[in-house]
Amino acid sequence: MKKVKKIKINLNGRPLFLPKGTSIYKVIKKNKLYLNKIAVELNKEIINKKKIKKILLKNKDRIEIVHFIGGG
Amino acid sequence: MKKDTFNISSKKFNSRLIVGTGKYKNFLECSKAIKASGANIVTVAVRRVNISDKKKPVLMDYIDPKKITYLPNTAGCFSSDEALRTLRLAREIGGWRLVKLEVLGDKKSLLPDMIETLKSTEVLSKEGFKVMVYCNDDPLMAKRLENVGAVAIMPLAAPIGSGLGIQNSTNIKIIRKQTKLPLIIDAGIGEASDAAIAMELGCDGVLVNTAIAQAKKPLDMAIAMKYAVIAGRKSYLSGRIKKSLLGFASTTKKGII
Repeated sequence: MKKVKKIKINLNGRPLFLPKGTSIYKVIKKNKLYLNKIAVELNKEIINKKKIKKILLKNKDRIEIVHFIGGG
Repeated sequence: MKKDTFNISSKKFNSRLIVGTGKYKNFLECSKAIKASGANIVTVAVRRVNISDKKKPVLMDYIDPKKITYLPNTAGCFSSDEALRTLRLAREIGGWRLVKLEVLGDKKSLLPDMIETLKSTEVLSKEGFKVMVYCNDDPLMAKRLENVGAVAIMPLAAPIGSGLGIQNSTNIKIIRKQTKLPLIIDAGIGEASDAAIAMELGCDGVLVNTAIAQAKKPLDMAIAMKYAVIAGRKSYLSGRIKKSLLGFASTTKKGII
């Protein structure tokens, strides 16, 4: 059986290993996050959430997922 | 008589009290305090989601952005770049355009860096944001913010979380005189009378976080703030009497025995 190639990305400051070809959308779903409550940055660029399903992750990509918290 | 309405960037709000959502014991207490305060607008911050604890409650589960206007802020930003990044992300979460900008300049006093604040206001306004700007109580800077597109001027009463109340009422009065924009006291409120004084100076609103969230009884303080803002506003509009060094009897001498 052919071994699936892995990539190393950084999610919210932490390293994460994923199979090659994983989409950002899959990472969001896996973390049980709702698209209408978050914003996503890929390598410091804000991702249009409408296009999120089409974006596949590459090695060394850096993702930031943010939401609203309490603040003054 | 003309109805006393509170508008920010052509949107009408019933309450002149804006409350922050930070520093509460938990989200439940926060949502109850917001309800008690009668506020229509709450400030919220943008932070990383908690990846390690997926079950942790989130703000949006307790405070419905369809019922209360979320005002995303840039709390904790110390440069224009950080503030712009934060608000662009906030906009992407759900289309928020009405935002509160605060760019801090000093980690101890938390006083605003007005050079960075002015720069950010201009950029954000050009990008279509409606920027409510936390600023120093400096009339000249307030004017400059207005000139670059701010939709509301939000001078501090005193440093954030200090609870010192209004320190420079003269400057607040000057700003009031020079601008038709909504003038909202932001930061430094300690108790309900501070909020009433802000309103009596002619401010259009008050933003309170710590004074409610960290009070021994946050819900009661939320109610106190609600009525203080209403009382202060009514007092301002009612036209106070002139001050006098000497006394004037309230009762006529006519018919005295």
